[in-house]
Amino acid sequence: MGEKYEPKIAALICTYCTYTAADMAGSMRLQYPPNVRVVKLLCTGKVDVIYLLEIFKAGADAVMVSGCEIGDCHFLEGNLRAKERVAHAKTLLDEAGLGGGRLEMFHIGASDAPKWAQAVLTMTRRALELGPNPLGRSRPRPAAAQIVEEHRA
Amino acid sequence: MIVAQRKPFAEIAEAAAGYRRVLVAGCGTCVAVCLTGGEKEAGILAAQLDIAAQLGEREQAFGVACVERQCDREFLDELAAQVAEHDAVLSLACGAGIQFLAERYPDTPVLAGVNTTFIGINNDVGVWGERCRSCRDCLLSVTGGVCPIALCPKGMLNGPCGGAEDGKCETDRERDCAWTLIYQRLENTGRLANLEPIITARNHQASLPGRQVHPAYERRYSAHE
Repeated sequence: MGEKYEPKIAALICTYCTYTAADMAGSMRLQYPPNVRVVKLLCTGKVDVIYLLEIFKAGADAVMVSGCEIGDCHFLEGNLRAKERVAHAKTLLDEAGLGGGRLEMFHIGASDAPKWAQAVLTMTRRALELGPNPLGRSRPRPAAAQIVEEHRA
Repeated sequence: MIVAQRKPFAEIAEAAAGYRRVLVAGCGTCVAVCLTGGEKEAGILAAQLDIAAQLGEREQAFGVACVERQCDREFLDELAAQVAEHDAVLSLACGAGIQFLAERYPDTPVLAGVNTTFIGINNDVGVWGERCRSCRDCLLSVTGGVCPIALCPKGMLNGPCGGAEDGKCETDRERDCAWTLIYQRLENTGRLANLEPIITARNHQASLPGRQVHPAYERRYSAHE
């Protein structure tokens, strides 16, 4: 292909915490890799295993899910459910041969903009190490948000 | 309900490897409740198989369907159009559903995606326990609602055996002794006299395939009709 590999990372993040932190990171002019595509959710408890698998099928090189710090969920336990589902999805990705390392769960409080910048850096580095996702190369790669939307319908 | 467990992914992928178009067929009743073979699980398995096929550079496509119950002909009929479009069907129903699907569509290879484990109950979120072996000779009225066939590893009809200690089973000290539970339950409900008669040997007719007709339908299915 000859093109430089720029990882595409989908981030499914909670509006009450990580999204606010990401917003604040912008206000603070924090620098972090531009490889992340943010999908705002009302709670990471909305994240389903099928979303995660479909995003990888569409060609995302890595996926991060980021919810509130443990104990701080606006809906009490949505982030705990997301944590369990992400762990399960990692197992399914290992089984399928893609590897669970492309997926990670983070917990970032609304005031913790530097932690968001660091998390994006961590996932970008990891996606660079793991190389391009071999899936979805031959088909159009719709945005993750669109895939999430299709599954909601 | 009937509880099942998904087969190891490698076993499923190997069974499906020889077919180009595979329909992953979920069942919306028991296996959906035990989070093994419902619509959601069918979608997840199809996505996983698709990923594995792409990585293995196999030309395969996976469809997803789910019917209310695979053990009812009316619901299986709904799959006709989709079955016709696929080379094989991977069923996530219990053993009964898989067999009925294969019987309804005899020209299409039907593959099993789950291992049916037992008739059981939901102990907690994501945890199920066996309660019934469908032995066709229920003792629960006598044994205080605790089944010695399903819950005693030896299936003892007149227990407890000498291996019970502090209410636990000798096969596993974490496991409650079914006969201790039976005694306690009968004692609490003033029915200890239930234990006096010896329960006689079981009728092992259960080893033959079962058939059941509801009394209201006996005339329709009687030999004279």
